[in-house]
Amino acid sequence: MKKQILMGMNGDEASAYSAKQVNPDVVAAYPITPQTIIVERFSEYVADGEVDTEFVAVESEHSALSSCIGAAAAGARAFTATAANGLALMWEMTYIASSLRLPIVMAIANRALSGPINIHNDHSDSMGARDCGWIQIYCENSQEVYDAGIAAWRIGEHPNVQLPVMVCLDGFTLSHTMENVLTLPDDVVKDFVGERRFIRVEGHMGETELRLNPDAPLTMGPLDLQDYYFEHKMQQIEAMEQALKAIPEVDAEYAKISGRSYGFLHPYRMEDAEVAVLGLGSTMGTVRYVVDELRSEGVKAGLIKMRVFRPFPAEELVKTVGDVPVLGVLDKAASFGAPGGPLYEEVKSVFYDEAEKPFIADFIHGLGGRDTSPSMIRGIYENLTEIREKGEVPEKVSFVGVREQEGR
Amino acid sequence: MSESKPTWRELPKGAVSTKSSTEYETGDWGVEKPEIDHSKCTKCMLCHFYCPEGAIKVREDGYTEVDLRYCKGCGICAEECPVECITMVRKK
Repeated sequence: MKKQILMGMNGDEASAYSAKQVNPDVVAAYPITPQTIIVERFSEYVADGEVDTEFVAVESEHSALSSCIGAAAAGARAFTATAANGLALMWEMTYIASSLRLPIVMAIANRALSGPINIHNDHSDSMGARDCGWIQIYCENSQEVYDAGIAAWRIGEHPNVQLPVMVCLDGFTLSHTMENVLTLPDDVVKDFVGERRFIRVEGHMGETELRLNPDAPLTMGPLDLQDYYFEHKMQQIEAMEQALKAIPEVDAEYAKISGRSYGFLHPYRMEDAEVAVLGLGSTMGTVRYVVDELRSEGVKAGLIKMRVFRPFPAEELVKTVGDVPVLGVLDKAASFGAPGGPLYEEVKSVFYDEAEKPFIADFIHGLGGRDTSPSMIRGIYENLTEIREKGEVPEKVSFVGVREQEGR
Repeated sequence: MSESKPTWRELPKGAVSTKSSTEYETGDWGVEKPEIDHSKCTKCMLCHFYCPEGAIKVREDGYTEVDLRYCKGCGICAEECPVECITMVRKK
């Protein structure tokens, strides 16, 4: 394994740097806090001649993703970044990208959806896009942003997958916070991502690669009537199921070149845990700190950090949770009018069919960048311990960190 | 459209078209068809330009001809003809 270079980078810089090393054919760029640094830094690489990328400064996020779609359809590797309302603006195009089976990679610097306007971190943006058919990877720190920024290309381009990938990093918390990142040498990254792989399809002029090519004409993005749309959606459902197999393959290869092993779920001190918390992103770093504190006090606390949310790793979740009696789910997004936050709903529905299931409680927190402190997380573990002792979940969904009582 | 349709596993990925649109004969969609009276026609070619399907071809002699394999019977040609030489006639 070649020597890695330690660099000080914030999450945005890590995203831009990983993209630089991949050297995509096209980057369509539109700024939005807190991802602007990604596209700005990339534009510097372009200006300095460090990449061969065609940099397209577009007029909106909808155009950014549309340009990536056009480029990817023509066979290019395309990258862009967005957040919050930028993702919302390109919402229709996210479905186009996945249905056309284009392995675009997009960084999402998770930021609260307006309104009111809030530029700070929560997961409402990417959670709002959970149905669009993109693979979603959530990062805990800049190292993970860098690593996912490279692995994402191989995951999306896997012949059995062929889906676009969102690499999610918490806005400001990760995007603007400098951390140590071990980076691979350029040639190692180039070797790992290789050339973009195409699948072959039977077009109207015979079998050919799935890309627009005047020498082998294809129609991409046609009309479907009631007699074909459903079948095409089944293919996307299957692609996500295939991703459940493909992601560990890519991760194993990446572990060989980096020494860092990634999975769908990252359990911590779960072997004998009596109380556990599951969540996505940077908050899990704070939870880990609290778990260690609780453990030193004799509390058998554990955590599961979920790295891949789409496809949802249901089987592995059940295995990883094991026989822990109570599980708290951290949701950094609300789903208005729903029985709970998005992650909680999915976890609970997975466990419905299991003979052995923990008590599950939802903790919605951090909306609009509201800080979730170690003491708040402690409070969550205390709440969970009470649930275990009482043998029931009195409050299925609670809200952590919001001002509910006077004087708080 | 009467042959059995492929299952989702059989279809090409990415919903690429398996047939060229020239093979998708939409002529049977139409309830009416245009009849062009060449005795009144001035060879202005407007019907050819207006046809949304491109189903009206211009012949060598300058008169136009409807390709009933694709004509959907929308009647735009009849509507636009400046000398009203096109009549929409109910198909049998």
